[in-house]
Amino acid sequence: MNTPLVSLHDTGKNYGDLTALHSMTMSLNEGEVLGLFGHNGAGKTTMMKLILGVISPTVGSVKVMGVAPDSKEAWHCRTKIGYLPENVSFYEQLTGLEVLTYFTKLKGFSRGAAKKQAIELLEQVGVTHAMNRQVKTYSKGMRQRLGLAQAFIGEPKLLLLDEPTVGLDPIATRDFYKTVDQLKSNGSSVILCSHVLPGVEQHIDRAMILSSGQLLAMGSLEALRQQAALPVIIKPVFLKPKNLKRAIDQNSELSGFLTSQCQQTFMVPAHEKISVLKQLLAHEGLSDIQVESANLEQVYQYFLALHEKSHKH
Amino acid sequence: MKQILTVANKEFHDGLRNRWLLSITLIFALLSIGITYFGAAASGVEGVASLSTTVASLASLAVFLIPLIALLLSYDSFVGEQESGTLLLLLTYPLSKSQLLLGKFIGQGGIIALATLLGFGVSAVWLYFQLGNSEIISAFGLFIVSAILLGLSFTAIAYLISLSVSEKSKAAGLALITWFLFALAFDLVLLALLVGVEESGITQQGLTQLMMLNPADIFRLVNLSGLDTRDVNGALAVAINTGLSQIQLILVLVAWVILPLTLALFIFKIKKL
Repeated sequence: MNTPLVSLHDTGKNYGDLTALHSMTMSLNEGEVLGLFGHNGAGKTTMMKLILGVISPTVGSVKVMGVAPDSKEAWHCRTKIGYLPENVSFYEQLTGLEVLTYFTKLKGFSRGAAKKQAIELLEQVGVTHAMNRQVKTYSKGMRQRLGLAQAFIGEPKLLLLDEPTVGLDPIATRDFYKTVDQLKSNGSSVILCSHVLPGVEQHIDRAMILSSGQLLAMGSLEALRQQAALPVIIKPVFLKPKNLKRAIDQNSELSGFLTSQCQQTFMVPAHEKISVLKQLLAHEGLSDIQVESANLEQVYQYFLALHEKSHKH
Repeated sequence: MKQILTVANKEFHDGLRNRWLLSITLIFALLSIGITYFGAAASGVEGVASLSTTVASLASLAVFLIPLIALLLSYDSFVGEQESGTLLLLLTYPLSKSQLLLGKFIGQGGIIALATLLGFGVSAVWLYFQLGNSEIISAFGLFIVSAILLGLSFTAIAYLISLSVSEKSKAAGLALITWFLFALAFDLVLLALLVGVEESGITQQGLTQLMMLNPADIFRLVNLSGLDTRDVNGALAVAINTGLSQIQLILVLVAWVILPLTLALFIFKIKKL
């Protein structure tokens, strides 16, 4: 439990003059879900390839389950790793079941067991009705589900998912996150790579923000929020707008938090949230109140903006 | 080994599904039966021509067709999977690059080999019943074995192409050029050397050695060296007289399968994904 499942130590990757990933250190524990966020070309895929052992690091070392993933010793670990690439289109002329059976066999299942496992997985992702149709007739969402089923083969200990929810409808997305939560409770670790941020928050333990190959921030969402010190947004609703104005005029502390654009929205630093709420709640004319902590997207934007600013100077 | 067979099985079934096996077999069967039956028509006789004429005609057609078919079948084998993203995915599986390459080679090579065997085998059997000559079996046996090796050689060359480029269209263009060079241009250059550069004194020995650089020419040599030279003309006729033994020629053809395949594996190993 104490040895991390994945660890990168001062690991970096160059392609000629291009630095795809600046050297960074990180680790992933068993049963942990890590969100990896960044623009296109931020180094997310490079990092995944390093962990998968498809490429070797230029500097530093990578350890997955205690061995370097690009070495021969890592061979048996590969059956315990699931991967969903960002852009994959499976063999169009094969049926969904044939594709999945092929990949299951390559993961080491025997012929009979492979088909059984493939059918189970297709049921899990909800493609059973189309499993005997050729993949070329599949919609984008069905292809994505097939890809996910492929990543789930053999109950992997480590899952690397590149943009898993692209093309999925809301129900499929919910089912997907349910599967992730389930895998996590079984002790599997997951690395989720995404630039679609809403919805992912409650399913990840830690977030990692990358930009142009550099690690900008890493930590739990709470820690990142604190680090970014983004204000909490409070929107009180009064029965009569006049009441609000009066309330603010009476209280100089409150008026300081009022945003300049909108006369009804307060931007409050996280540590003053409770005291401001208490004061607002004390007013009788209050009919409703909305409190929004900074979401992942805002935290992400904050770190990106910070990075860009520091680059300009 | 299990992994290799899994890949081979998939590739072979792809060949069945795409009707590759069926169409190649049909092409070969129609051609060989046509040539066997009407081969003598050119010399004004109807019916079955002599065995050597038949094999010579078959060989000179097969030498164009087989490389073309092998290249067509396999040129996108890797670059196609690279473009669709499955190559990267496969390499994260417990499947080594050599297993993937060999598996594909066995599967697609199997398609070529089976089609050659069935397509040309049909006319061998048919001819045997017509003439009742047991020589037919050995002559066709040699023809079919060398044709299979020729097909495998160009399958390996197609992998070499497929692994050295990163776009399918480039692989297609390169495959076409490769076919043109080996099947057409090479012989013209040889002939030009023979005729035009007489003062430089290219010997028959030297010519035969040059021919070893082209699997298509080796295939021709294997099949024509056993025949009457009056059915053969061009640069080949010269080479035949100084020939290596047929076993040696077959061995060189085998080398033309193994070398490109080894080189393809080497390129695969250093390929950036």
